[in-house]
Amino acid sequence: MENEKHLVEFKLEDTSYLTTLTKKYGRIKKYQPKDLSKVRAFIPGLIQKIYIKPGDEIKKGQPLFVLEAMKMRNDVFSPIDGKVKAVLVKSGDVVAKDQILVELDINI
Amino acid sequence: MIKKFFDFFFKKKSQVVESEKVAKEKQQKQGKLTPRERIERIVDPGSFHEWDMFVQQASTDLGLDKKFLPRDGVITGTASIMGHPICIYAQDFSVAGGSLGLAHARKITKIMDHAVKLGIPIIGINDSGGARIQEGVNSLAGYGEIFYRNTRASGVVPQISIILGPCAGGAVYSPALTDFVFVVDKISKMFITGPEVIKTVLGEEISMEELGGARVQAEIAGNAHFFAETEEECFEQVKKLVTFIPWNNRKKADPFPPKPPKVNYKISNIIPDDPRQPYDVRDIIRAIVDDSDFLEVMQYFAPNVVIGFARMNGETIGIVANQPLVLAGVLDVDSSDKAARFIRFCDAFNIPLLTLVDIPGYLPGVDQEHSGVIRHGAKILYAYSEATVPKITVIMRKAYGGGYIAMCSRHLGADFVFAWPMAEIAVMGPEGAANIIYKNEIASSPNPEETRKQKVQEYIEKFANPFVAASNGYIDAVIEPDETRKYVLHSLFISRNKNELGLPKKHGIPPF
Repeated sequence: MENEKHLVEFKLEDTSYLTTLTKKYGRIKKYQPKDLSKVRAFIPGLIQKIYIKPGDEIKKGQPLFVLEAMKMRNDVFSPIDGKVKAVLVKSGDVVAKDQILVELDINI
Repeated sequence: MIKKFFDFFFKKKSQVVESEKVAKEKQQKQGKLTPRERIERIVDPGSFHEWDMFVQQASTDLGLDKKFLPRDGVITGTASIMGHPICIYAQDFSVAGGSLGLAHARKITKIMDHAVKLGIPIIGINDSGGARIQEGVNSLAGYGEIFYRNTRASGVVPQISIILGPCAGGAVYSPALTDFVFVVDKISKMFITGPEVIKTVLGEEISMEELGGARVQAEIAGNAHFFAETEEECFEQVKKLVTFIPWNNRKKADPFPPKPPKVNYKISNIIPDDPRQPYDVRDIIRAIVDDSDFLEVMQYFAPNVVIGFARMNGETIGIVANQPLVLAGVLDVDSSDKAARFIRFCDAFNIPLLTLVDIPGYLPGVDQEHSGVIRHGAKILYAYSEATVPKITVIMRKAYGGGYIAMCSRHLGADFVFAWPMAEIAVMGPEGAANIIYKNEIASSPNPEETRKQKVQEYIEKFANPFVAASNGYIDAVIEPDETRKYVLHSLFISRNKNELGLPKKHGIPPF
């Protein structure tokens, strides 16, 4: 169980060092700013009920659907004012964590 | 008359001993040794004495009255390792899955109390399916009483956990509270919630091995301090560790006959000329310490910092060193945790600290900041500042910014600080510093690249050496790399009777 002995360039404050990387360092995901136009499942679960359909005008804070997980029915609210672009699930669907469920168009 | 009584106990004893045959069959099927074999292979031959052999389950509910659970599933006793007295217990997976009932727990807490009273290390071998469900809250009480003692004994006697089977749910917290955790490939499995629960709740599918196997614990989670391929290798590691640490916090580790380093190279020959080029800091350690014998702790977790035990003039020391070979030797969340806990162990058990510095700074990134690198990084500052054992620091090639302060600088109470002639001690590396200080000159120059190079060079000449720090008294001497052993030996000799007391308090509140 040894680390990969493959030297790479590693830049810190404008200085580049030759060194090796670790398995855990390789797992770090690049930070992605949050995309408010995509509503994702914050927990794996079951789509219990959908309140909206494509084309609906929606307000920030308006419930979009119910996601049931760990015996709790969670209302999921719109993060923005806008319009429903697409509903990618139907009620009764089992969804994975981070799966995109609804796409929105943001009002500008 | 006397014979009659002997016969009675002989019969009772053979009942218990008979049960070991069942243990052997069951454990062998899983590629594991029995608890008795494990104990006998760790301790000196013939030194193990078993206590509480006739203890049986405390509960008679839910069919437990009809079961014979020999020793209630745990062997406890006292023995010696290389002549050092120890208390030891080993759970028996062949008895009700090694499940922890009240009597089982009471046997463990009794032997732990012995260890504390007698001032000797306690070694626990974990191989258990978890709480004994039939015993309900009494089983949980048993765990709680073990955790309480682990915490009370922390920093009083060394505590060692060897995970040789499953160790799941609440059971993992006893090892987590102890000083050193040993795991063996394909045998050790540790987790709070198992694959089944994770699948149901989160929909994530993972095997037990990938979730909490030995490699994961040693490399990713950092719960284990020593990783071995086999049980035999693990036992050798345990024995070696025991020789390096003292019996308790009132003693020093037993000295060994002094020996010179075994390696046949010079430190000055293995340091690359180009400061960007890495080297393995363990080669430097081996060139400094007695017999080149270095027992590395947490070898696979956060290898950008190296920690471990060695001897100088026969006396145990603890070493903390930046490792330029991995992530350029930066400090980050994991390496800070790793180093800080080790420093606190050494301080608690009177083991002097040698710090070898070659650090470009802390690891930048969103991941690090959001993981709390501020509070994790603060642990190193806390641990070094709090430590009152002799603290000796050698700055090898570079010590930039917060990394310079954190790595046992004079300012955190180091007793002796040395620097090699090529050491750069500054707020940051020359490139970064020149780009900031001379930003305007570089931007307004007709030839920016040329000006930048010139300014970097100026900065290197002014700051890329240890003389500014030396002229302020922050380092005591500039020494040749090959003189390092000589200076460290002298510093250890001079500080032999160091007896510094902290301020009176109940306890500090270190950043967790």
